[in-house]
Amino acid sequence: MNNTYDVIIIGGGATGAGIARDCSLRGIKALLLERSDISTGATGRNHGLLHSGARYAVTDRESAEECIRENMILRKIASHCVEETDGLFISLPEDGLEYQSVFVEACRRAGIRADVIDPEEAKRLEPSVNPALVGAVRVPDGAVDPFRLTSSNILDAKAHGAEIRTYTEVKEFIREQNRIVGVRAYDYRAKSEETFYAQVIINAGGIWGHGIAAKAGVTVNMLPAKGALLIFGHRVNNLVLNRCRKPADADILVPGDTISLIGTTSSKIPYEEIDHMIITPEEVDILLREGEKLSPQLAYTRILRAYAGVRPLVASDDDPSGRTVSRGIVLLDHAQRDGLEGFITITGGKLMTYRLMAEWATDLVCKKIGVDERCRTAEIPLPGSAESKEETEKKIRNKPIAQRRSAIARHGDLAARMKGDDYAKNSLVCECEEVSIGEVEYAMENLSVNNLVDLRRRTRVGMGTCQGELCACRAAGLMGRKNSICAKKAKADLVSFLNERWKGMAPIAWGDTLRESEYTAWVYESVCGLSDETEKIATK
Amino acid sequence: MNIQQNSVSENNFEQCIKCTICTVYCPVAAVNPNYPGPKQAGPDGERLRLKQPDFFDSALKYCLNCKRCEVACPSNVRIGDIIQMARIKYGPQKNTSLRNYVLANTDLVGSLATPFAPLVNTAVALKPVRFMMDKVMAIDHRRVFPKYSHGTFTSWYKRHAAAAQAAFPKQVSFFHGCYVNYNNPQLGKDLIRIMNALGYGVQLLEKEKCCGVALISNGLYKQAKRQAETNLGSIRKAVTNDGLDVITTSSTCTFTIRDEYPHLLNLQNDDVRDRIELATRYLYRLIQSGEVSWKFRDAQPLRVAYHTPCHMEKMGWAYYSIELLRMIPGVEVTVLDSQCCGIAGTYGFKKENYATSQAIGAPLFRQIEESGVDVVATDCETCKWQIEMSTSKPCLHPLSILASRLELTK
Repeated sequence: MNNTYDVIIIGGGATGAGIARDCSLRGIKALLLERSDISTGATGRNHGLLHSGARYAVTDRESAEECIRENMILRKIASHCVEETDGLFISLPEDGLEYQSVFVEACRRAGIRADVIDPEEAKRLEPSVNPALVGAVRVPDGAVDPFRLTSSNILDAKAHGAEIRTYTEVKEFIREQNRIVGVRAYDYRAKSEETFYAQVIINAGGIWGHGIAAKAGVTVNMLPAKGALLIFGHRVNNLVLNRCRKPADADILVPGDTISLIGTTSSKIPYEEIDHMIITPEEVDILLREGEKLSPQLAYTRILRAYAGVRPLVASDDDPSGRTVSRGIVLLDHAQRDGLEGFITITGGKLMTYRLMAEWATDLVCKKIGVDERCRTAEIPLPGSAESKEETEKKIRNKPIAQRRSAIARHGDLAARMKGDDYAKNSLVCECEEVSIGEVEYAMENLSVNNLVDLRRRTRVGMGTCQGELCACRAAGLMGRKNSICAKKAKADLVSFLNERWKGMAPIAWGDTLRESEYTAWVYESVCGLSDETEKIATK
Repeated sequence: MNIQQNSVSENNFEQCIKCTICTVYCPVAAVNPNYPGPKQAGPDGERLRLKQPDFFDSALKYCLNCKRCEVACPSNVRIGDIIQMARIKYGPQKNTSLRNYVLANTDLVGSLATPFAPLVNTAVALKPVRFMMDKVMAIDHRRVFPKYSHGTFTSWYKRHAAAAQAAFPKQVSFFHGCYVNYNNPQLGKDLIRIMNALGYGVQLLEKEKCCGVALISNGLYKQAKRQAETNLGSIRKAVTNDGLDVITTSSTCTFTIRDEYPHLLNLQNDDVRDRIELATRYLYRLIQSGEVSWKFRDAQPLRVAYHTPCHMEKMGWAYYSIELLRMIPGVEVTVLDSQCCGIAGTYGFKKENYATSQAIGAPLFRQIEESGVDVVATDCETCKWQIEMSTSKPCLHPLSILASRLELTK
């Protein structure tokens, strides 16, 4: 039967995608089910920080050691998703220098290179740093793009036989005595219910794993902690900036592609709110006030968006009150823990350790289904990271320079597969981020794009300063042409894309961001006549 | 403190709301598909260059620096400056091909050429010479070279004018520029004649170098800055010590000294900026103030079409030249559509830009031919060369027309 697999993975975040890749590389037939698009949960809603582990060195040595190991692995296997920027842990006068020696000592114990540098040298390396700093430590932090990382894992999983079903939500588990044997899932695109069977089902739902486990009849006690972040309009810093003190609010500024990100706040929220997070004015204030201490320039930089993610913190099993939380990886074999066969949960951890989490989960699957293959995900480069940027660049010389380099930054060596032999294919859809028609078509054909928001995650269309003002209608046109979506559906998609962009702008809508969003509204509502469409959706 | 008020961008390129009006008004983007246009080359590109300097696109060399994008921008983004600064900051640092060096060093080449002007003028008009310059230096063979004058304006001034100037009750200082000095001393003489007729003596600056506009556009920034410092020093001396206003006849020299020095060369000129004036505007305001008046000799009909140079448009001063021309009895003024003529200083001399240059100017040339005027007037010397080369009409500076009709009583 073609609805039977060795393993079903629930959740299309980095971890789920990593498990799909790991399984398929070991010859295990895997199906991944994701209720929305890939990397929509915590995977796509964090700093995009390639942790060196330094942040955890003092408080959580185990996490720190995991981070630095995975950090070095990702530089090798996911070079096109990683920017090797390095980072600084700066001490401000209000912090003092006492923490620095504790910090450096802890880093070294965890195997993290930590060089104390002169504040003057720090200012030379990173001109945007707060000039009042009294101390700085250089560590191998970096930036990692979670969308590319997840998409690359998915591509490789598919190439090795895994099946990926996005927009398909698990509604219930099929249970035979004390064993989970399958799931009933709803496909939102086909609008139909389907049943899938597997020997092992993995709950990789992150924070949503709480609810997934509940459907299976077991308890995984997650403690949702909201973290808000701000995106700045351009790249303010080129080195990651951290505060050299105990981890607190808004003390990491990460450069990522064309922008910089400050975060995060931290507040507990009820599980019911995780799908409807709101950024409060207080959070914005905290982020700006603290952010300016890292880099005073932030006070005069345009803010593009605000967003929030939920950390999948897990309460320790032996603490029913949920006060003791772990940031470490939690792998639960529900057969051992709850007497429920065929079901495991992988949670906790961080984006940084997604590969290790996948390895642990896949090792357990192998043990359960009797496969004797070792994990190779730490050695084999991901699709896109097989050859150097210079090599790829030689192949697409006919594209204008900014477009060529942007495409390589996003897709690595796969950029060579984009059509770019004429003016038409090299015309830009997104001007802020240099996304060409060729790139959009490549993404639609190869990267499971179902709507404009998916397209944004694969290509950065709409992520630039204009937030969709110029690119959204062009991309909608291309989508309509390619997928033969009817005009009505394409218009509805355009409306929901623009509304999603506005959601992130609303909390910081002042100054030029507000002016630009007003202009965008004018273009789409008055010129393109989309206001009718908005009303139709509102009345539904 | 209200954080929202605090957190408003000071980065000029972030004020761009991507309306793209700049690209609509860009003369280059309209005719050269290899130029990405001011929005992309300017604010969009700046964001990418901040991410990684190697996103610098060599196509930025196609920018004319006409600043029409800045005039069009409703958000006050200094698009042209962003593009020029990017060329200075990220562009090839050793960009001094022999050709660019020769074209940029107007002072040096002018000093070498003027003593042998008859010979040089004849030579650069010869087909074989032009062919050689095209092949060896990539200066387009179709480009007609401006003629050099036999002897400079400054040497004439010292011998024939300097002594008489002190006698006038009021004084003004004159930044003559390379064009007056090496190509058209007559324009300088015309200015002196007009100023003298109004009771003003004309002084030269203690030391004057080329304003540097050609050096900036050809990548010789250090030299441009050195020359700018010399000029600002002399201007300060004239303004502060001698209490003189400094006037120029060239719209581009005026614009460069007033705006490009602080914006591109990072030289502050706040203390003297308002005292550096375009001659036509200075004259218009003198006449309007009623302090002086003039008389004209005749009122023979003359049909004049005024062409607004790009930097005049940027300064917003075309009005003064046009109104000045209208004060001349018998002169009937038509104002041509404000559009770039395409030459942009040394830009149009370059082989790779020739086609672009002529395509940009084409609508202007057509309008001039169809206008039925006797003469075209403009405040920019390179526009004059382009118009004379590309149309059948002569092109004069407004002050030359004015001077030719002024009654000289004194």
